[in-house]
Amino acid sequence: MCDACGCGDSNVVPVALSERVLAANDRGARHNREHFHDHGVIAVNLMGGPGAGKTAILEASAQALAALGEAEKVGVLAGDLATDHDAARVRAAGILAESITTGSACHLDAEMVHRGLHRLAWRSLDFLFIENVGNLVCPAVYDLGQDANVVALSVTEGEDKPLKYPTMFQKADLVLLTKTDLLPQLPDIDVARIATNLSHVMPKPAMITMSVRTGEGIDQWIQWLHGLKHLRASMRASIVGPV
Amino acid sequence: MHEYSIVQALFDRIQDAARERGAVAVRRVKLRIGEIAGVDVDLLQTAYDLFRVRTICEGAWLDVERVSARWTCPGGHGDIARGHALVCPACARPARLAAGDEIVLEQLDLEVP
Repeated sequence: MCDACGCGDSNVVPVALSERVLAANDRGARHNREHFHDHGVIAVNLMGGPGAGKTAILEASAQALAALGEAEKVGVLAGDLATDHDAARVRAAGILAESITTGSACHLDAEMVHRGLHRLAWRSLDFLFIENVGNLVCPAVYDLGQDANVVALSVTEGEDKPLKYPTMFQKADLVLLTKTDLLPQLPDIDVARIATNLSHVMPKPAMITMSVRTGEGIDQWIQWLHGLKHLRASMRASIVGPV
Repeated sequence: MHEYSIVQALFDRIQDAARERGAVAVRRVKLRIGEIAGVDVDLLQTAYDLFRVRTICEGAWLDVERVSARWTCPGGHGDIARGHALVCPACARPARLAAGDEIVLEQLDLEVP
């Protein structure tokens, strides 16, 4: 009741909150991250538009890691609107994979990943790839608890995509420029221009040119992944301190 | 179209805040949305208008403050000009995002009996 004049109107109280709208998702992501760290699992959030080559990257990674004797150390949670196709393709390539069917949701969130973890024997893995829904906008907004964001961009998508989707590329730790075997058919696509555009939206631009057809860039990508593992190990050592 | 799930998260939080304070209605929802937060404000408004029907927010105005993206040198050499590579021209350190990725519930104006 308004006390000032007794008019009977309700009081309007301003309540300052200044909190992130996605705070609940952030809490879920923190929870996932603690799980991953406790079990020494490196989680990679693989994003990109539909058809950028995310699943093909995972198939090629499975083969490359199998050649190193590390196939059993890799697993995949594949976000998919309606099907199990992506997870099935990755399983056929010889690594552990489960689908997270999102229905109409255009992105994965921390809770969906957490539920997916319940169906995957992830604790013994070195690397867990979370293949996000094919979309260059929404997935960038949701923290899943990952250690690294990797964005697949195919050469056929055009040079301007980093500038058009700055939120996605700003969050990327690495961009995989895929389907480079098609470049001879695409005379207007300038890879140097893509790299320049990335430098305008990524503070630490990092790009590997890749083709699963020719094998270009696969070794470099696997080295990058191993680099994440070594970084994690050295961070642990520095926390524990010298023995 | 993740604007719908953002509005869903927003309503969960508003309902908690209103309950805690015994509010009978919400008059205004004030948000701050960054330029590169990945949110389309028009879509957010559409989603909000769909959600608020027959809720405590039925009569609440959605007040969105846009925040421009601002990249700055972590070494104190000032902001990076738009349209340039995100490294400091003075010291070559990678720029840090100082503002522009926020999706923040700033304030609620609650009607209390």
